[in-house]
Amino acid sequence: MSDYQPLKLYVPEPEVRPGDEPDFSGVDIPKAGSVRRPEIDASPEEFRDLAYSIIRVLDRKANAVGPWADMLSDEEAIIGLTDMLRVRAYDARMLMAQRQGKTSFYMQCLGEEAIACAFRKALSPGDMNFPTYRQQGLLTSTDYPIIDMMNQVYSNESDPLKGRQLPIMYSSKEYGFFSVSGNLATQFVQAVGWAMASAIKGDTKIAAGWIGDGSTAESDFHSSMVFASTYRAPVVLNIVNNQWAISTFQGIAKGDSATFAARGHGFGMPSLRVDGNDYLAVYAVAKWAIERARRNLGPTLIEYVTYRSGPHSTSDDPSAYRPKEESDAWPLGDPIERLKNHLIARDAWSEDRHVQTKARLESEILQAQKEAEKHGTLHSGGAPSTRDMFEGVYKEMPEHLRRQRQEAGV
Amino acid sequence: MARMTMIEAIRDAMDVVMSVNENVVVFGEDVGYFGGVFRCTQSLQEKHGKHRCFDAPINESGIVGTAIGMAVNGLRPCVEIQFADYMYPAYDQISQEASRIRYRSNGEFTVPMTVRMPTGGGIFGGQTHSQSPEALFTHICGIKTVVPSNPYDAKGLLIAAIEDDDPVIFLEPKRLYNGPFDGHHDRPIIPWSKHPLGETPDGHYTVPLGKAVIRRVGQDVTVLAYGTMVHVAEAATEETGVDAEIIDLRTLAPLDLDTIEESVRKTGRCVVVHEATRTSGYGAELSAIVQENCFYALEAPVTRVTGWDTPYPHAQEWAYFPGPARVGAALKRVMEAS
Repeated sequence: MSDYQPLKLYVPEPEVRPGDEPDFSGVDIPKAGSVRRPEIDASPEEFRDLAYSIIRVLDRKANAVGPWADMLSDEEAIIGLTDMLRVRAYDARMLMAQRQGKTSFYMQCLGEEAIACAFRKALSPGDMNFPTYRQQGLLTSTDYPIIDMMNQVYSNESDPLKGRQLPIMYSSKEYGFFSVSGNLATQFVQAVGWAMASAIKGDTKIAAGWIGDGSTAESDFHSSMVFASTYRAPVVLNIVNNQWAISTFQGIAKGDSATFAARGHGFGMPSLRVDGNDYLAVYAVAKWAIERARRNLGPTLIEYVTYRSGPHSTSDDPSAYRPKEESDAWPLGDPIERLKNHLIARDAWSEDRHVQTKARLESEILQAQKEAEKHGTLHSGGAPSTRDMFEGVYKEMPEHLRRQRQEAGV
Repeated sequence: MARMTMIEAIRDAMDVVMSVNENVVVFGEDVGYFGGVFRCTQSLQEKHGKHRCFDAPINESGIVGTAIGMAVNGLRPCVEIQFADYMYPAYDQISQEASRIRYRSNGEFTVPMTVRMPTGGGIFGGQTHSQSPEALFTHICGIKTVVPSNPYDAKGLLIAAIEDDDPVIFLEPKRLYNGPFDGHHDRPIIPWSKHPLGETPDGHYTVPLGKAVIRRVGQDVTVLAYGTMVHVAEAATEETGVDAEIIDLRTLAPLDLDTIEESVRKTGRCVVVHEATRTSGYGAELSAIVQENCFYALEAPVTRVTGWDTPYPHAQEWAYFPGPARVGAALKRVMEAS
C-alpha cells in the first residue's frame, strides 16, 4: 500500500484576468534610493541581494535620490526626455500607418521607452547592440534618420533592407544596431560572441544583448550565460521584463520563485534589477555595467522591470487575456511622465516647454512620414525590385539562383 | 609536398590559415588543449595561443551562436561540432541566423564562418555517431555545404571555406580520416600514404568551392557521388567493368550544375550515390536536376543508391551502408535499361 497521493501538475496563473481588478500587490517595490551602489570591481558575491531588489532613483515626489542619482546634467536629462517623446511619437505614427493599411505589421515600445533610450546614451561609438524588436529607441535616440526607419517599415523603394525584412526589423552597423532577427533569443548568444571577438582582438568595444522575459526560457539564454561567464565576455546582458510575452504572463517563463535577474547567480554573474520606467536609474545602471565590461571585469545581467502598455504587436489584442486597466495600475508609472515631473521639480523644464517639444517632435515625425511616403508604402508607390529578391543570398550569385532569376523573368 | 592523412590535411589547412590571418579562430568541444577527439586541431593551441584555439562548453548552439557574433565582429571562426549527429541544437543558429544575416541586413553584416563536423558511418558509431545530415544544410539558402573525399581536396577546400565570405558547412567523412575506404570493410585498411590524393602540397592553396571534379572519365553512365561514396563508386566501377564517369561533387551547395549536365548528356545514364537515408535526401535533388535538365538525353531512369530509411544501426552497419555490391548492381541495372 502506497501512502503517496497522485501527483498533480502545477501550472502558474497570473493574479488577474479580464474583468478582474488589476492587482500588483505582489510586486515588491523598494523605496527609491534605498538600494546601494557597489564598486564596479566588487565581487558579485557581495551584492547578490541586488537581484531581488529594484534600483530606483526617482521617488514619488519626482526627486532623484540615493547612490545611483546625480549622473545626468539638466541638458542630458532633457535630451533623454526628448528621446522618449520622439520614439513615442514615432510609434504612434507608425501604428496609425499600419491601421491605414500602409504596412503589414508594427510593434510599439509604449511604456518601455526609458530602457532603450537611456541605455543608448551610456554606450560609446563602436559598441554593438543585439536588439529584439522592441528596442527602436536605440536608433531613434541617435541621429539615425527617422525617414530610413519609416522606409523600412513601409518596405518601399528606399528601404535600406530592400523589402526583405518584416517591418521594424531594422539594421544599422554604423549605429551599433545589429539586424533584428525576429527569432527570439538567438541574438543574445551572438552578442556574447561579438564581445568575445572584441576581447580576442584586444579591442575596447563592448556588446549589449537584449532579450524579453518570455524568451529567457529559450536555451539560447542559458547558452549565453554559459559562454559569457566562462570567457568573461565584455557584454551587458539585458532582460526587459515587461510582464507579458504576447498573452503569456512572466510566471510561465520562470515560475513563481526568484527573479529573472537572479538567474545570473548560478553563473557567478553580477545581477542587477532596475526600475525600467525610471530613465535616471536605467542610465545609471547601464553606465555601471558598461564600464565594468569595458574594464575587462566581465559580463553583467540586468533585469529591467517594466510593463508592456500596448499590445504585443498590431496582430494582438490584450483585452482577451489581461484587464484593460492593468496598464494604468502599473505601480512604476509612465517613464515620460516621471522624467518630465522630475525636470520640472528641478526647475529645468515646464509644462509649456513639454507641450511645445511634444508638438515639435510630432510635426517632425509627420514631416518625415510625408517624405517617406513619397518613396511608397507597402502596397502602393515605389517598391523594391523583384530582382533585388535574388541578390545578397550569397556574396556572389551562384548558378542555380541565376537560373531561377531568369525563370522568374527578372 | 607531403603524404598526409585527411586529419593531418585538415589540421594543416587551419594551421596555414591561422598563420597568415590573425582573425581566424578555432574552437569547439575538446578542441583546445587536447586537440579534438579526432585530433584535427592537435597543437593549434600550443602554436597559435589559447585565445585563438580553445575548448568550448558542450553547447552546440552556443558554439555556433558565438561564432556568428565573432564573424559579425570581423573574425573568421572555424568551429568544430564533435559529430555531425550533435549539430541539431545548432541548427537554429545555422539555418535561421548564419544563413540569412547577409540577406536580411542587405550586406551590412556578414558571417564568414566555417562549421566543421565529422559525418557518415563505417566506424561502428551507431545512430548517434554515423549520420549524414547534408540535405538538412543544402535545403537552406545562404550557406554553402562542402564534403571532401581525400586529403588534397580537404586541405584546399577547408582553406577556401575559411576564406569564404559566406557561412560554410564542412562535412568530413570520418571513415576517410585515416585512409580511402571503398566499402570493402572486410579487407585490410589502406592508408592515405598509398593513395595519390594523399599527396598534399605544403603551405597555402585552395580548391574552389562550387566546382565538382571528374574522378574517372567514362562513356556509359554518370555517377554522382561525394565523400566516402566516391571511393565506393570507383570500386564498383572497377568490379563491374561498366565504363562509368564518376563525378566527385565536392561542394553540394552551390552545386556545379554544368559539370553534371554535360556528363549526363554525354553518357545518357545517371546513378546517384549517397550514404544518407533516401527519402528527401540530397539524391532526390540531384535526381530532379538531372531529370529536369537532361531528360531528353536519358536512356534509363535516374537511379539512387543510398542508406536505407532507418536510423543508422550498430550491428547491421554493413547491411545499411551502400557498399560496392549495391552500387555495382545499380550500374548494371541502368546499363540493361533501354
